[in-house]
Amino acid sequence: MPVIRDVMPAFELFQPTSVSDALGLLDRHRADAWVMAGGLDTFDWLKDRIKRPRAVVDLTFVGELRGIRDAGGGLEIGALTTLTDVVGHPLVRERFGLLAESAALVASPQIRNQGTIGGNVSQDVRCHYYRAGWPCYRAGGNICYADTPTAVNREHAIFDADRCVAVSPSDTGGALVALDAEMVIRSAGGERVVRAEDYFVGPGIDITRTTALRPGELLTAIRIPATWAGAQFYFEKIRERQVWDFALVSVASALKTSGQTIDEARIVVNAVAARPKRLRNVETLVRGRARDEETANAAAAIATDGAEPLRHNGYKIPLVQNLVKRAIRGATEWTS
Amino acid sequence: MDFVSWGRNPWEETVLIRISWDLFWAALVGGILFLLAHGGYMLFSAYRPKEDHEVDTLEKAHGHLPSTIERHSFVARAFHWVMAFSMLALVFTAFLPVVGVRFAWVEWHWWAGLLLTASIVFHIIHTTVFLDFWSIWVGPKDIPEARIELMRELGKPVPPDAPKPGKYPLGNRLYHLAVLLAGLAVIATGLLMMFRVRTNLVPRDPYIMSDAAWGWTYVAHGVAAVSFVGLIIAHIYFALRPEHLWLTKAMIFGRVSRRQYLSHHDPSRWVVAKAAGEAKEPHAAV
Repeated sequence: MPVIRDVMPAFELFQPTSVSDALGLLDRHRADAWVMAGGLDTFDWLKDRIKRPRAVVDLTFVGELRGIRDAGGGLEIGALTTLTDVVGHPLVRERFGLLAESAALVASPQIRNQGTIGGNVSQDVRCHYYRAGWPCYRAGGNICYADTPTAVNREHAIFDADRCVAVSPSDTGGALVALDAEMVIRSAGGERVVRAEDYFVGPGIDITRTTALRPGELLTAIRIPATWAGAQFYFEKIRERQVWDFALVSVASALKTSGQTIDEARIVVNAVAARPKRLRNVETLVRGRARDEETANAAAAIATDGAEPLRHNGYKIPLVQNLVKRAIRGATEWTS
Repeated sequence: MDFVSWGRNPWEETVLIRISWDLFWAALVGGILFLLAHGGYMLFSAYRPKEDHEVDTLEKAHGHLPSTIERHSFVARAFHWVMAFSMLALVFTAFLPVVGVRFAWVEWHWWAGLLLTASIVFHIIHTTVFLDFWSIWVGPKDIPEARIELMRELGKPVPPDAPKPGKYPLGNRLYHLAVLLAGLAVIATGLLMMFRVRTNLVPRDPYIMSDAAWGWTYVAHGVAAVSFVGLIIAHIYFALRPEHLWLTKAMIFGRVSRRQYLSHHDPSRWVVAKAAGEAKEPHAAV
């Protein structure tokens, strides 16, 4: 196991004050650069000497990446906006309580004060084998230590594993997928916008990365369209330590209803795959049905279709089913 | 340039991981440079094909032969194209992600590998039971033929009784040997690697071999795979060269003309049944 050292390893530190400067640095250093926002995922990697970037681009002083703006009934959130600011912003609470709820359940108040929403959706997976620095698939090797007959894999994936079985640790990721958010990605060559669902990348597509970000690119903002503003939301996160932990399973749902009938639904579960997983089969099933116990049970029954639990994470099957049931049955408004 | 990549396993042992992708680029660039060099050489080559009057003489002597002759049976052609499809699928699914094209390639890759394995098993049985197994092999007996080929390449006159190939020219047989070695290596290691992915065909267990053995398995698989990059470039290049198009057409339609047969082959080594134009097929080409 790696030993956390008291001192940082040597690297060249850059602290740009504008997005264009940051993009210039990222373009110059490409794969040798490490983007640091709140630093909460960064320092473990660097102090453990697992990741050895030559250049660290610290975004702390790029003020234009902070803030939440109205965008035609939706919102545009700067990637460097802290989770505390997201939780407390009146427009977020009014329109997209789902996002506020999920951000409020990230780690501890201290971490939310420091951590950014861009960092929360871009952080690396939390597999302890991978973070130990061993040559697993995700680290560029040829084995998954978490998917062996003797592995400890309570926290790992039950869906869509492809060699690697690590899961996405992002609490806000599931909510953003449910809200049909878009991620604004900029590079020296221009800007591209990807759907939140496509921002998260599974191991089948790219086993060494968790996001669509390529070397030289920077997530600058998250846009949430007005589509789901004021819908009926439900977020629940199951974790072992209630005060501060990553999710074992979480569910984020958004429903639009007419009376008791569900018109439209987004159901996303997370910490069960390498990316937040939309349960499209459940969404299709509940559309047009009454929001009642019968529909909730029917949704739960198909929520884990295709799941393949590992040796120690079979408990996630009933957990997903119950969380989906509660999301359908659940509160008619934001739960906190 | 690196040849292999290394890692440290949980027991603090240095272990092989796989080949370096530098080798893929080397194979790609090497293959392209080869075809440019060969293409350039052929523009100015003094290669001496058979004169028309030589072939005319042969046609008079073998006028009893049918006008077209079967070179590849339907079964042999079907094998060739199934194998070609699986090879291309394997190479593209393996290396497109390396060059940055991202897609879920693993399942396509091992399905293509199984198709290749099945086609090769069929090929071995087919050639062993139904065809002349040894006609495609290379040995010391081929040295005179190689010498004559070299003389032709250099534009030197060759004696009328110079040895000619049977059904398969020497280059064809050497290529088959290279594909055989790389193919068996990639299949054997690929089948072992099935134990490292989820397939529903074999129980996943990465601990059936030691880390060191796995490292060598991945390296052997990678070396064979990048060899195929060069081999496939060369194969497609030669198949599309104007002087070889008649062979490529034969792999599609199955037959060659009597003149092509007499011009390029030794009728005593590739014997054609006189009545039906059905050649006694020694081996299915690759």
